[in-house]
Amino acid sequence: MENDRVTESGGDESGYLAERGWRSWAFTLDHKRIGVMYLLTTIVFFLLGGLFAMLLRLELLTPQTKYFSAHAYNVFFTLHGAMMIFLFIIPAIPSGLGNFFIPLHIGARDVAFPRLNLASYWVFVAGFLVVLASLVAPMDTGWTFYTPYSAKTGAAVATLSFGIFLIGMSSILTGLNFIVTVHKLRAPGMTWHRMPLFVWGMYATSIIQVVATPVVGVTFLLLAMERLLGMAFFDPAKGGDPVLFQHFFWFYSHPVVYVMILPAMGIVSEVIPVFSRKPIFGYKAIAYSSLAIAFIGFLVWGHHMFTSAMSPLANAIFSFLTFFVAVPTAVKVFNWIATLYRGSITFESPMLYALTFIFLFIIGGLTGPFLAALSTNVQLHDTYFVVAHFHYTMMGGTVMGFFAGLHYWFPKMTGRMPGEKLARAAWALIFVGFNVTFFTMFIVGVRGMPRRYAEYLPKFHQENVIATIGSFLLAAGVLLLFWNLWHSLRKGARASGNPWRALSLEWRTPSPPATENFHEIPEVTDWPYGYGKPKRTPA
Amino acid sequence: MSAPHAAHGGPAGFETAKLGVWTFLATEVLLFGALFTAYAVYRAEYPALFHAEHLKLDRILGLANTIVLITSSLTVVLGVDAIRKGKVRLLRGCYGATILLGAVFLCVKYVEWTAEFRHGAYPGTNIFFSLYFALTGLHGIHVLLGMGVLAYVVVLAGRGRLSESYTTPAEMSGLYWHFVDLVWIYLFPLLYLIG
Repeated sequence: MENDRVTESGGDESGYLAERGWRSWAFTLDHKRIGVMYLLTTIVFFLLGGLFAMLLRLELLTPQTKYFSAHAYNVFFTLHGAMMIFLFIIPAIPSGLGNFFIPLHIGARDVAFPRLNLASYWVFVAGFLVVLASLVAPMDTGWTFYTPYSAKTGAAVATLSFGIFLIGMSSILTGLNFIVTVHKLRAPGMTWHRMPLFVWGMYATSIIQVVATPVVGVTFLLLAMERLLGMAFFDPAKGGDPVLFQHFFWFYSHPVVYVMILPAMGIVSEVIPVFSRKPIFGYKAIAYSSLAIAFIGFLVWGHHMFTSAMSPLANAIFSFLTFFVAVPTAVKVFNWIATLYRGSITFESPMLYALTFIFLFIIGGLTGPFLAALSTNVQLHDTYFVVAHFHYTMMGGTVMGFFAGLHYWFPKMTGRMPGEKLARAAWALIFVGFNVTFFTMFIVGVRGMPRRYAEYLPKFHQENVIATIGSFLLAAGVLLLFWNLWHSLRKGARASGNPWRALSLEWRTPSPPATENFHEIPEVTDWPYGYGKPKRTPA
Repeated sequence: MSAPHAAHGGPAGFETAKLGVWTFLATEVLLFGALFTAYAVYRAEYPALFHAEHLKLDRILGLANTIVLITSSLTVVLGVDAIRKGKVRLLRGCYGATILLGAVFLCVKYVEWTAEFRHGAYPGTNIFFSLYFALTGLHGIHVLLGMGVLAYVVVLAGRGRLSESYTTPAEMSGLYWHFVDLVWIYLFPLLYLIG
């Protein structure tokens, strides 16, 4: 049934990859090339951030500090957090996969502002270089840079904040570009309710990027000025208020959690129907729940500050609103599961990662209410329970979604199929390693082990050994995954235009796509999820 | 739904550019919004300090600068109107005048700042002056950026790239300049007048 769409196979050998030489990449205006550059850059940071995580786990093998000093440990967890958040999770899916696939998904030749797109990539790189420069006096504040400590420590806080300011600017420009692209460049017939759900997820993400990022930008600017000019914003000694810093910081950093997760949810919404061969259940509910999550996400930042002396009323309100985010999130999860119900499910690697996303994200989600509730929050605040919770949502959610997307779109991006056997082996290692590492952290967290300490009480020793073993399994899986993709890039089987027999527009161009995306701008007549039942566009 | 498809690097259509600039202005509002929030929080916390310190600012120079900026918004409007009628030279003249007014604004600001430094009011003196220098400094940077954007349009017009059928760069830069002007309209009463 689903073969009623033309499947172009092969196409010309190299498509948008035809041109060679570094200049053809560095100065390209092609959204696909810019997307690939983002992907490669962010994957490097992912591996680097992972390296720091391994150093942390190594140190935690023993209750006493053994391999590194406590200061080195502080530096490592700061770098691990800052790199993973600012240089990998936030940009990887939106700027990497989003750049590549949004125009393809909506039938456009490029994003609305191709030059701006290239500029935002290079601003990102500049930001990264400034971050590197800050390593002369490495940061030891944690990725949140809380004042007053960050205003006083000997580390290069001003440099690092400026680097992150630049990365934020790049994020704003990308989000802006996507919003305008989605509004203005849709192909004829591509109505809002025919857009792939990945585009919906990215659209909601872009709104958050555009609205939240300026606030953290100016916050870091104020922090830098406080250090450089001795200004008094957050220093209590001068009448400033450190809690105001936390408000500003979380006004951005909580919504940005949804910048991390919404695109991944979009990917899962693409993968699940393709590998279940069923129309997605509740298309509109999934689409609008992305917007709802983006909106509610702006109202809950205070739940990071329950123990920071806010008024009891504010605490209660933030707690209530936090529970509220669960509703649109659950809507999505139920719809994915309903899509799976009685589908012809096959377990290729993209599907394995998408299902892993659902499994791990549910655990991450269900541990959220413990932290959203005021009384349990006081017990669990700043323990490993929190660490486990956000790794289940961010790594178990976002990173698994990213891996799903990487495998799903690998044939389109490269013209080669990912090696399936090794992909499954890597998946198994990642799945087991992840749960061994982070589920253990829930337990040790409930038992009271605080986070961010290089040393711990001997009674937590056993769990830490288990978590460290798990983390090395996880790392092995991740390395195997990237080795497999690297290998497939050279030796993988040639991919046809539509190897997964999917219905969205990107599969109607050759693999890899030509520079202008489509030989002719497609006329869209249906939604992309009509498996088995053509013409099922919801009203 | 059939919107124009921008070719690689080609000029975006007017509507597309307009949506882009308005979205960008939204981010600018939020950038200043955080500072305005900080101002509100600290003013509520230290009303006496804010009252005492704001008297040290020079209202006459502040008022002068307000008049300068409002005038510059007028010249921008005249410039946009000129290019819509195809009068390229008039556009260049109006935008040149706007850039000049922007420069006057910055010079006055320089005089103000040096006077404040002389009287011992530095960015680190207290919360009021921290906010004052942060707000006016950030705004000053925006004036400078706006002048650069307008200068770019003047150059474009000089090369004959603008006409009544292609006014986008002139209109978009004008929009940005109005925003810069508008922020000052809020800053002036907040810092100089309300005690």
